[in-house]
Amino acid sequence: MSVFINKDTRLVVQGITGRDGSFHSKLMLAYGTQIVAGVTPGKGGQTFEGKVPVCNTVAQAVAATRANASVIYVPAPFAASATFEAVDAALPLVVCITEGVPVLDMTKVLPFVNERGARLIGPNCPGLISPGQSNVGIIPGNICKPGKIGVVSRSGTLTYEIIHQLSTNGYGQSTCVGIGGDPLIGTNFIHCLEAFEKDPETVAVVMIGEIGGTDEQQAAALVQAKMKKPVIGFIAGQTAPPGRRMGHAGAIISGSSGTAAEKMQAFARAGISVMKRPADVVPLLKERL
Amino acid sequence: MNLHEYQARELLKRYGIPVPDANVADTPEQARSIAQRLGGKVVIKAQVHTGGRGKAGGVKLAATADEAFAHASKILGMTIKGLTVHKVLVAPATDIASESYVGIIVDRGSQRPVLMVSAAGGIDIEEVAAQTPEKIHRLPIDPRYGLLDHQALGLGFTLFRDAAQARAAADVMKKLAVAFYGVGASLAEINPLVTTPVGEVLALDAKIVIDDNELDRRPDIAALRDASAEAPSEVQARAAGLTFIKLEGSVGCCVNGAGLAMATMDLVKYYGGEPANFLDIGGSSNPQKVVNALNIITGDPSVKAILFNIFGGITRGDDVANGIVQATREVPLKVPIVIRLTGTNQAEGVKILKAAGFPALTDMDEAVKQAVARAKGQAA
Repeated sequence: MSVFINKDTRLVVQGITGRDGSFHSKLMLAYGTQIVAGVTPGKGGQTFEGKVPVCNTVAQAVAATRANASVIYVPAPFAASATFEAVDAALPLVVCITEGVPVLDMTKVLPFVNERGARLIGPNCPGLISPGQSNVGIIPGNICKPGKIGVVSRSGTLTYEIIHQLSTNGYGQSTCVGIGGDPLIGTNFIHCLEAFEKDPETVAVVMIGEIGGTDEQQAAALVQAKMKKPVIGFIAGQTAPPGRRMGHAGAIISGSSGTAAEKMQAFARAGISVMKRPADVVPLLKERL
Repeated sequence: MNLHEYQARELLKRYGIPVPDANVADTPEQARSIAQRLGGKVVIKAQVHTGGRGKAGGVKLAATADEAFAHASKILGMTIKGLTVHKVLVAPATDIASESYVGIIVDRGSQRPVLMVSAAGGIDIEEVAAQTPEKIHRLPIDPRYGLLDHQALGLGFTLFRDAAQARAAADVMKKLAVAFYGVGASLAEINPLVTTPVGEVLALDAKIVIDDNELDRRPDIAALRDASAEAPSEVQARAAGLTFIKLEGSVGCCVNGAGLAMATMDLVKYYGGEPANFLDIGGSSNPQKVVNALNIITGDPSVKAILFNIFGGITRGDDVANGIVQATREVPLKVPIVIRLTGTNQAEGVKILKAAGFPALTDMDEAVKQAVARAKGQAA
């Protein structure tokens, strides 16, 4: 029915009493997400919204509630530390919404996460939602519908745009995953594609990429080699001026300049149906299903 | 954030990397006195955030202090690729026996900083990568252990046969790796790393780019920002908490979220228009942010029509609508505006806009088509 999260996901919210954390925790609760505990150091013993216990540490929260996932809303300077804490508490899934996390912090976080076999989604991401089951993050629940399309994206609002096109045209979603737009992230396209390929309820995948890096090219290679389900792809930034966001030296390592044209060609070669604009998603899905 | 060469040199020096004594000048008089102090031949280098300074006439050799004064007079105030030169570096003209490249960049693939070293230094390293990639050695650095002695020395020997020079180069690499984490860099390059005829190893030119996300916790590095080296509209946008990049077209775009902003620009082009800018107002935007965004867009005389594309998630439709109404009340618009508003508080936003006489659309394609038509002077 879904990947990474479902109706049995028992969530800890790190930063539940903060401005963003409290706002989105209320929305997640209203959606039906099982928030079993919140964490704010120094506020242990309080109760959030009259029902969610607040703990001082993630380890305490896990011991008290058998939580199996965490979502992080703490400010950027503390996001790396919060991620270490969640993984150290043996949570198998950690979703970091926080924007502005220094990249060098992530060079230390990611080996820690990977060695312990945890899955990190983000940072700088909108989180993920399995419509009708669980919403972990900030994706507006009201634009999603339960269904059989998997969505994976590096973007936030562009993802909402495409989910909106899907839902209003009768294509519900199994899970929508926002993997985040930062250069170093825990979960990439390839991990989501593999999960969607295995998920019996997902029949097709929509993948939304951007200029920069070569993650989309790697995803295309995986689609070609391993996927039987149809994949529809979009790349934002076809008109972006070169060199403004990514240093050219990055291209020296990857052997690619990370342009939209290059990625769209890689998609097409791998048998991915390429959208020229967001509105193409529905006609292309109709063609492939 | 890009640092100037003179700033990058100072940082490298602080981490113990051998850099020739030099100084930065704002006036030709200062350039002369630095040249006098250094003695002998000097090189005068324009300090601007772009490559190709030499080709543009921004780098000159001077045999005397008076010649340094003359060159500095010409270079200060000149324009290189649209950027005005406000400072010059005055450095001793070092005798060079060999030129190498040493650089570190964060690599998405290995999720680590990668050290790159090449004996083919001095020239454009991108050209080396394209023509003769085998001449660049690459080594991912494990952040837990840093660059290890044997790793650095191994790479040192790819540059120099001489053991003393290989050791000196390895020492530079290790210090650069420490500096990389110390200053919060996303790129740090020494190009060229030279040897002199007497066998010294020196960093002659340096480039450092700082990860913007590091600046809040490093006020000393943040203070190095040179706002005069950036487009005024981009400086204004950053102060207002917006991400803005000026482009050449006529459709001014205001969008929430970077991905949707790029997709909107792409769609403008798809329907035959040209975007005038990239502008992301970000999430949780208050009305004032929208006012600032609109002021920046209308400040560009090449904008012939304005397009708002808002998909409300955290951003609320009524906040955006209030911002548009407030901004246009303060400064009435001289160009047509097309607004697309969907998502959180869509109904409230549309109501506010209609009351103020603005039509609001809900379909992205339709809005972009109209904006492109209006920018071309056609009725929507």
